[in-house]
Amino acid sequence: MLTLTFFAILALALAFFVIGRSRAVAVVRGDVRLLHSRPNFHGILALLLSAICGIAVLLLLGTMGAVWIETHLLAAILSAQPDMSPIEAELVLSDARALASGGIASKSDPLRLDIAQQVGRQGALHHWGTVVVSLVAALVAGLWALGKISPDWRARNRSETIIRRILMLTAAIAVLTTVGIVLSLIFETINFFNNIDWQVHKFLFGTTWSPLSGVQAGKLDPDKVGAVPLFAGTLMITVIAMLVAVPVGLFSAVYLSDFASHRVRAWAKPMLELLAGIPTVVYGFFAAITLAPFIRNSGEAIGLTIASESALAAGIVMGIMIIPFISSLSDDVINAVPQSLRDGSYGLGATKAETIRQVVLPAALPGIVSAVLLGVSRAVGETMIVVMAAGQGANLTANPLEAVTTVTVQIVMLITGDTEASTAAGPAFTLGFTLFCVTLLMNIAAQRVVRKYRELYD
Amino acid sequence: MSKEIKISAQGVDVFYGDTHAIKNVDLEIENKAVTAFIGPSGCGKSTFLRCINRMNDTIDICRVTGDILLEGQDIYAKSVDPVQLRARVGMVFQKPNPFPKSIYDNVAYGPTIHGLAKNKAELDEIVEQSLRRAAIWDEVKDRLHQPGTGLSGGQQQRLCIGRAIATAPEVLLMDEPCSALDPIATAQVEELIDDLRQNYTVVIVTHSMQQAARVSQKTAFFHLGNVVEYGDTNKIFTNPEDSRTESYITGRIG
Repeated sequence: MLTLTFFAILALALAFFVIGRSRAVAVVRGDVRLLHSRPNFHGILALLLSAICGIAVLLLLGTMGAVWIETHLLAAILSAQPDMSPIEAELVLSDARALASGGIASKSDPLRLDIAQQVGRQGALHHWGTVVVSLVAALVAGLWALGKISPDWRARNRSETIIRRILMLTAAIAVLTTVGIVLSLIFETINFFNNIDWQVHKFLFGTTWSPLSGVQAGKLDPDKVGAVPLFAGTLMITVIAMLVAVPVGLFSAVYLSDFASHRVRAWAKPMLELLAGIPTVVYGFFAAITLAPFIRNSGEAIGLTIASESALAAGIVMGIMIIPFISSLSDDVINAVPQSLRDGSYGLGATKAETIRQVVLPAALPGIVSAVLLGVSRAVGETMIVVMAAGQGANLTANPLEAVTTVTVQIVMLITGDTEASTAAGPAFTLGFTLFCVTLLMNIAAQRVVRKYRELYD
Repeated sequence: MSKEIKISAQGVDVFYGDTHAIKNVDLEIENKAVTAFIGPSGCGKSTFLRCINRMNDTIDICRVTGDILLEGQDIYAKSVDPVQLRARVGMVFQKPNPFPKSIYDNVAYGPTIHGLAKNKAELDEIVEQSLRRAAIWDEVKDRLHQPGTGLSGGQQQRLCIGRAIATAPEVLLMDEPCSALDPIATAQVEELIDDLRQNYTVVIVTHSMQQAARVSQKTAFFHLGNVVEYGDTNKIFTNPEDSRTESYITGRIG
């Protein structure tokens, strides 16, 4: 019903748009040059005002009303039975709600039936009240806007102001969401550190990671939350990935920008970028099912024992995933190096190789560095591949042929495990916060380098 | 007084795709003299200049036919490597294009890749000599290790000339070297071109007829891909034979 009201308000607003436009024309008897604002703006202003007022009232009454009814009913329950705890009162309320809607309640007694009756009565009142009041609000606002229409009425400026505010609001939503996420990360991190009595060094420098094995009455064992094995695993896999992605990505960028013919470039670049479109879960699958057994078998053939889940397999596949980021960005910056620099070098009798190595790449270096840094932050934050192919045990090792685990894998394990969320969330959010800090620093570094680069050819 | 011929073009045609940019051009360029190419925009003078060190090779759709002889040898022969040719025939471009390296490295680039210096001291010597000849040494000697892109436009262009000289070419091609410069920098570069004549064969493309008259001994007038008239600069500017040349230098076409 409320959804229906929402659409009714929109329809009403649309009607106001049509009426407002024709009224504006009528006011000046068809000579629209006499109007300060064109007829469309008069219509838009009526539409915006009626839609905004109606929807705002709808949202406000819909949510605030429900909250008000709940507090009111809880108060009623507590006044009927003063010795009841708040949690029990909530239970009674939810039972009453179930009874009112014809569902099954845990038990049925006079209090519950009485409250159920109130729920039904007040719910209906609230519901219809919301519908009627919001429609009236939309109507009043629209009529007000219509009443204001005159040749001098500055409908354009007003509607533009409203639209500008709406744009601002949408931008604010993105920013505020980010801020909210960061704040929740920070609060959970503080909670976690509280939980281990602010022994931050044990988290940052401890070498035993088994946070859920030492839980006692919601209290974590500070000696078992050492994240060093996770950091080491993440670092190792990232390094392997970059060892694959940087040379392959960079060389393919050099090939695409300076050697490939137009025809090759026209299909090779989109093909390379297609790699970026493959879901990471597919990469993970590929790493776990195809590459890891292949590495193990070839290792066995030369007498090496290799775990079926290894840092090497995960790292290589992650590197393949990152190739398009590096090649595509590097290709762009290499192409941005002016042809005049290449000509200058050729004009001095330099070969193509000398030109690329000594003129083009140094000129493009800042851009390439930022591409690599973006690749690194992708690698650090990548989850699916490592979940499938790198292993779960927190294993502190420098051997890429063994299973290691990463920060992201452990977050997944903590959140998807069956431990109470309140206990598992602490270490998970703290790991997330650490990860966020690292990738943030890397992105800032990348952007600074890019900015420096931009100043070069202006 | 007949001078030695450095470059000789015979029946040169250039095509950009289907466009016939240069039509059957014959031209003989004297050794140790400044030759100017003048003509209205799009007449093919830059294109012809770029044929002399095979810079047009870097453009896919460009095709050159005919013979261009450098000291009697056809530079379009199969045995000629364009890279080696460009070491002998240096080029300075319209827009100053210093590499994003230090001033020193900009000049040292050519000698280093061609192995002209045996050690650091020799390289230092080459850099200093080149910058001196490019008449910019005094301005940059205290900041050789600062980026070349930080210089003013005129300084950048002289740096680029110094960079071209450092490779010890025999011929120096200049494609409107002063078009991006102010009058003072232009005067400095022109003075420099006049000095370069002592050691190099210089070919310069210019839109400024005064510049051609000031710096060159020989002038070729290009029009619609043809060389309309070629001869001593004095004669071209005072007593041209072709009516089109006269129209151009008096400002009626172009």
